[in-house]
Amino acid sequence: MIFLTIGTHEPFDRLVRAVDVWADQTALKHEIFAQIVSPASGAYRPKNFETVTHLPPAEYEARISQADLIVSHAGMGSILTAFTHGKPIVIMPRRGHLRETRNDHQYTTVKNLTKRPMLFVAEDETRFSTVMDQAIENIASGTPQLLSPVADKDFTDALHHFLISSTKR
Amino acid sequence: MNREKHVMAVASAGGHWVQLMRLRPAWKGLRVTYVTTDPDFCQTVYQYAEDDGEPLPGFHTVVEANRWQKWRLIKQLLGIVFIMVRKRPDVVLSTGASPGYFALRVGRLFGAKTVWIDSMANAEELSMSGQRIGKHADLWLTQWEHLAKPEGPKYLGSVL
Repeated sequence: MIFLTIGTHEPFDRLVRAVDVWADQTALKHEIFAQIVSPASGAYRPKNFETVTHLPPAEYEARISQADLIVSHAGMGSILTAFTHGKPIVIMPRRGHLRETRNDHQYTTVKNLTKRPMLFVAEDETRFSTVMDQAIENIASGTPQLLSPVADKDFTDALHHFLISSTKR
Repeated sequence: MNREKHVMAVASAGGHWVQLMRLRPAWKGLRVTYVTTDPDFCQTVYQYAEDDGEPLPGFHTVVEANRWQKWRLIKQLLGIVFIMVRKRPDVVLSTGASPGYFALRVGRLFGAKTVWIDSMANAEELSMSGQRIGKHADLWLTQWEHLAKPEGPKYLGSVL
């Protein structure tokens, strides 16, 4: 199952459409499940898969664990969740000038993220189908890294030290 | 164990919350109260408490708001004030966004120490809240080493 998720806050039609176009073209048919943000009246309706607008946390986790591949906006929440479940993920950044989010922070995040074996980046919809095909080809052979469910101990220890030594003014 | 020390951990739903959850070993053994914008996350933190052998944390929600929803922002701020009056934490910590900004400002008025950990999603400049909170945060952090400056924010690590 391919799980498409576009995050908590805003719609992302350009990605939903890109997945739909890819689903039309691809030779092997894949089951796709999509979580999108409640669409405005003029929003794009995909032809090849069903969508839901909200998933409670437990169901979201369950969908992630069942998925063979995650497709997502370049939000840190989706990226971290895919990594901790050891799932391959294809991300496409929202862009500021297209008003998909407030600025180009997703675009700059993608540029700064360290490369990982099961992280696939489609810069925009023109690259999306190619990147999806590469991802599908690679997930059969690769072993994804499992990210620890919590941050590095050095970091949380440093924070812990600050917290326990904090006294009210 | 130091359950007397009370930490309020704040993040809006979405990526900010996911990052906050990855930091939870930092307040293991301390008393914690979570504040977020999605009531569904109560089950998440209760589950983590059970898994980690911790007592059930405090859990409160405020309304979701983005920067253009002035009235909702006011409601969110009032929600934060209301929770702060009752809880009086020793430290307020946040990964963002607006509920965290409000919680640090209000918490400081009540004498709490404040920690801002700017979201990893801001790799080339700090978030708007993150830039504005600098002088109100006792510990002001970025998760990208190249954004750290001598005058702050500091870099101590990242959630990834």
